[in-house]
Amino acid sequence: MSGTPERVLAKGNEALAFGAVDAGCVCYFGYPITPQNEVPEALSTLLPERGGRFVQAESEVGAINMLLGAGACGIPSMTSSSSCGISLMQEGISYMAGSHVPGVIVNMSRGGPGLGDIGPSQGDYFQATKGGGHGDHRNLVLAPSTAQECYDFMFKAFALAFKYANPVMVLGDAVIAQVKEPVRRTPPPGALSREELDALCSPWRIEGYGARPNGSPRLLKSVYLAEGALAARNELLMKKYQEMRKEASFETEAVEDAELVVVAFGSMARILRSTLRHLRAEGHKVGLLRPKTLYPFPDEAFRDLAPGRRFLVVEQNAGQMVEDVRLAVNGAAKVDWHGVMPCIFATAGDLARPVLLALKGA
Amino acid sequence: MNAPTAEDLRPREGEELVFDTNPVLNERVTHYCPGCHHGIAHRLVSEVLNELGVAPRTILVAAVGCATFTYDYFNVDSVEAPHGRACAVATGVRRARPEAVVFTYQGDGDMAAIGTGESIHAANRGERITAVFVNNTVYGMTGGQMAPTTLLGQKTTTTVQGRNMGNEGGPIRFCELLAQLDGVAYAARCALDTVKHVREAKRALRKAFEVQIDGLGFGFVEFLSGCPTNWHMDPIAANKRIAEVMIPAFPLGVFKDRSKGGEAKDA
Amino acid sequence: MPEYTDVIIAGFGGQGVMLIGNLLAQAGMEHGLEVSFLPVYGVEMRGGTANCTVVLDTSPIGSPLVREPKSTIILNEPSLDKFQPRLAASGVQVVNASLIPKERLDPARTTVYLPVNDIAHSLGNVKMANMVALGAWVKATGMLPLKAVQDALERVVNVHYAKMIPVNAKALEAGYDFSG
Repeated sequence: MSGTPERVLAKGNEALAFGAVDAGCVCYFGYPITPQNEVPEALSTLLPERGGRFVQAESEVGAINMLLGAGACGIPSMTSSSSCGISLMQEGISYMAGSHVPGVIVNMSRGGPGLGDIGPSQGDYFQATKGGGHGDHRNLVLAPSTAQECYDFMFKAFALAFKYANPVMVLGDAVIAQVKEPVRRTPPPGALSREELDALCSPWRIEGYGARPNGSPRLLKSVYLAEGALAARNELLMKKYQEMRKEASFETEAVEDAELVVVAFGSMARILRSTLRHLRAEGHKVGLLRPKTLYPFPDEAFRDLAPGRRFLVVEQNAGQMVEDVRLAVNGAAKVDWHGVMPCIFATAGDLARPVLLALKGA
Repeated sequence: MNAPTAEDLRPREGEELVFDTNPVLNERVTHYCPGCHHGIAHRLVSEVLNELGVAPRTILVAAVGCATFTYDYFNVDSVEAPHGRACAVATGVRRARPEAVVFTYQGDGDMAAIGTGESIHAANRGERITAVFVNNTVYGMTGGQMAPTTLLGQKTTTTVQGRNMGNEGGPIRFCELLAQLDGVAYAARCALDTVKHVREAKRALRKAFEVQIDGLGFGFVEFLSGCPTNWHMDPIAANKRIAEVMIPAFPLGVFKDRSKGGEAKDA
Repeated sequence: MPEYTDVIIAGFGGQGVMLIGNLLAQAGMEHGLEVSFLPVYGVEMRGGTANCTVVLDTSPIGSPLVREPKSTIILNEPSLDKFQPRLAASGVQVVNASLIPKERLDPARTTVYLPVNDIAHSLGNVKMANMVALGAWVKATGMLPLKAVQDALERVVNVHYAKMIPVNAKALEAGYDFSG
């Protein structure tokens, strides 16, 4: 870390670590994997300095279940990993969701399937947004596209995790993880203090019954075997997911008079921003819609923009977010798709051609 | 027949109370099978927590197996862990709440098969937690399949000809395995088949909690326990099997003791 | 001064490619610009070459990656093979004359060709070749003042090498002042 007091130059991974400690994270549990190793490396120093705890787990399976334990205690905690490691965590994430346990899971994704490659990929969109693990559950998913957002979104992630007692995933990729940019270390609007996080979890956290005046024991669990019990539990979860819908967020650029709205998230969105500015300067009517939350998905933004426009989804995978866009648009506009394969370093210039093709309706 | 209520069990006139409940163990009808030793193990855990006076700051991490619902019996804060992950969940609880007393209660499949990695590494880190390990050489909840501790020659629903060294390997002696790790402060194996053994088990269990409370490291106690249902025996014969078949294969004793004045003695 | 430029810096591992990339990004930030620095990781790195991309802009940066860079700093021959054909038509390349024969240069390109190793050696330490090259780049692009880069050394150079800062500043200056 280096810089003036105002802005520091930090990698996305380092910004995530700064954001975590500034947002009040107390415990970190994780297993090394590229391209997110700067997250645990930074936190192994930052957390103990602030009285927090850092544990290098024996595996991602161990890490996510440590997070379950710390989250159940209502202590702001996190883990971080990348794609294949997140696959291993899905069991624990499902239990967290089923038990109403908060926790922040950073996924700086890499190319797959299998061992794949360590370069940028958005192939984890499904794994992040569709529950990922077994059973009927959802995680809130935030997709930063700059190092500054890596910092800011950690505050948002902890606030949402505690507000909904639910796992929150911060989804980036190798570009977001490794790009070094100026970051301002000031809490963004909506950040919650440690006291506010405590207040949110005090009705349910486990702590030893002696900590409470009435002294009746608490239990956090996901097993419901009695007739109708799981149905009632899942209706409760469904209601929670319904409430989460209001957290959907996105940003647009130059969509007002756009004939074509390009839809992208994370690293692809920022690369396309350069492409579209260039095309705009040449007189092409193109705009950008960037979902900042991937779950909940900003459906309404698409409904509002659909009349008189077409959409082009650009993502670094074989076609994942495009399904959500098509559901949101629901036939009200044409939706095209362009995929960049994993671990290809696409540049602004590379993406101009597919945008122009879609604009011409080819 | 309705189950007796707590009221039914109070001493009437002329009766003397010789055995009482304790506030850590809830008064409820057991869901365990007749002759199952989980009841004894639960009773011992509740007595130790009660005598140490730590129940108000105790957190139980429940595992998956016959004892999934162990939290229904203990009057303490609890969290459920996925199958095998109790020691990892307990690590998270421990790091989040340094002042708490944290214990897991796990069967042989949970601790020594699916959760081997989590168990060994929590022990090796010297997590200040206590793991109560119930070894009955069989998967009880799923209906009698082979466990990592199933003895050679023992018939289960997945080893109908008996466990075979060439195909399944031998039974894992988990206590010995953990005892060699530097993070383990106490490791003992006891049996729940006789009054004498039960009393020894309670002393060992107390030590396994004391090393945690004293900040010495990981406390571990293994209980050789009966499963009459899946052994297809009556409870008396099951106790006899523990004495005659299990103890020779799983020697009793304290394999590690770092407590004040404590010294490991081999069985 | 220009509103935007980008540069790919490439060389052998150990030539200090990442250090001058970081230095340039830090200096740009301190000079009030938007900056991004992206190191290239992966198998390429194990092959012995390393490269990074730095973007400097007066408005927020979109893509931190560039296919056709507006400038390059090329410290070894394999890097010239890779990036000379990609240099933007109007671009400028700073090329290490100490390790790359002149006949390898594409005459259609604008090139600043200087022996950065030899210049650094004459200043007392060949390890400062990267600084010489960066100084030449600052002169060639005019994106920010030399002093901004020299001032940023303090934040980028490891505290253990703090005593090397003045001589590094000199190496930057030597590159800046070089006239072939």
